[in-house]
Amino acid sequence: MTEWINSIKAQFVLNFIEGDRWKLLVSGLGVTLKITLIAMVLGIVIGVILATIRSTYDLTKDDGRGGFGRVLLKIFNVIAKIYLTIIRGTPVVIQLLIIYFVIFASSDNGVLIAALAFGMNSGAYVAEIIRAGIMSIDRGQMEAGRSLGFNYIETMRYIIIPQAFKNVLPSLANEFIALLKETSVAGYAAIQDLTRAGNIIRSKTFSAFMPLVAVALIYLAMVMILTYFVGRLERRLRNSER
Amino acid sequence: MSDNDVLIKVRNLEKKFNGVTALKSVNADIKKGEVVVMIGPSGSGKSTFLRCMNLLEIPTSGTITFNGVDITDKNVDINVHRQKMGMVFQHFNLFPHMTILKNMTLAPMKLQKKSEEEANAEAMKLLERVGLADRAQAYPSQLSGGQKQRIAIVRALCMKPDVMLFDEPTSALDPEMVGEVLEVMKELAEENMTMVVVTHEMGFAREVGDKVLFLEDGIIMEQGTPDEIFNHPKTERLQNFLAKVL
Repeated sequence: MTEWINSIKAQFVLNFIEGDRWKLLVSGLGVTLKITLIAMVLGIVIGVILATIRSTYDLTKDDGRGGFGRVLLKIFNVIAKIYLTIIRGTPVVIQLLIIYFVIFASSDNGVLIAALAFGMNSGAYVAEIIRAGIMSIDRGQMEAGRSLGFNYIETMRYIIIPQAFKNVLPSLANEFIALLKETSVAGYAAIQDLTRAGNIIRSKTFSAFMPLVAVALIYLAMVMILTYFVGRLERRLRNSER
Repeated sequence: MSDNDVLIKVRNLEKKFNGVTALKSVNADIKKGEVVVMIGPSGSGKSTFLRCMNLLEIPTSGTITFNGVDITDKNVDINVHRQKMGMVFQHFNLFPHMTILKNMTLAPMKLQKKSEEEANAEAMKLLERVGLADRAQAYPSQLSGGQKQRIAIVRALCMKPDVMLFDEPTSALDPEMVGEVLEVMKELAEENMTMVVVTHEMGFAREVGDKVLFLEDGIIMEQGTPDEIFNHPKTERLQNFLAKVL
């Protein structure tokens, strides 16, 4: 028994203490969080823009008012659809590699490029989640807002979006949890994120168990923290109705 | 009838949904202070007609003149005119994520730039009138159907509209709650509010209406005072309809 404990201890020292290897994990975690955070913000921005275009096009389809605005909206809608098809139809690793090695081949700011790639990817999924949320709100809400004299955008802002946001919060949280874990492929683009850090330790110490399990536990802890805060937010939003 | 007395003038109004005609060359004048009640079988186009008046449905052709402005003109900012046309829906359409008070003050504060105190004070006054002042901080899900509809009415009144449009306001209510909503509407009529009401409540039409329109198949088949419509119906269609509902 003591022998087993001693061997674990030795493994731990070898993998994390010797050569200050734990610092690799800390800086890797920093990179992962940075990529996730920037990608999340970018994803929300892209998602809201795409969802607004798509649902505005759908919701105003039969109000019979044509003109230049309608043509413009139609063009934007087509562009949005193409974007969604491409992003959702190809693997995120390929998107990352294309953006890193083809589009920004001359840049060396890997973290920012990865954040851009993951953000663009996440934006497509966020867009569809938000659009579903908007379309799920009873059309009477839009009519009530418009009948009071609010224009389309004001009705969206004060009446539709707040309700839609509450409905899609669980799906959005899911998307961001998936995003956090998806960033683990950033190593493909020579970025030292958390996963890559664990892998580097493994290749130096030739022991796989400790570093990989440590990495897994760190991801798990972050997801659990995220889940906890989303749960609290959800409860607070729900309370406002009872 | 002088032209300035007419608040809403409808001329040759036509509405088609994907080629199906819902309204055929409808003409009507709604005078200031008048209560116009629209009756007719379901699918007759009365709700469509009402919803055309504030352009929730865009007419296929024809004109609607409100306060002297042709609101079907594409260059007219309809949002400005809708502020002066209150609307009450069959399914209330209160905003579930806001308190009753917030439901009522949102539009006055954002659109008429009223201060929160002013908007709150006006809303509370209206709430007292319909006996719901104690529910100001409640959420719509905590109210009964009758209460919700009374709130929907005062929410529209907060904008101080020139006309109130009612789209079957009691059709989604339990029978015992119909009375309280009709009572509020009656009081409104007594205060000389201009009202257009689509309803199946024949008692209300007879008692409160100044003019009754009978619609069928997208046309106004017959119109007149409640006495003319209910006691001396001319067309066979109206006679049949009344026989069924009375």
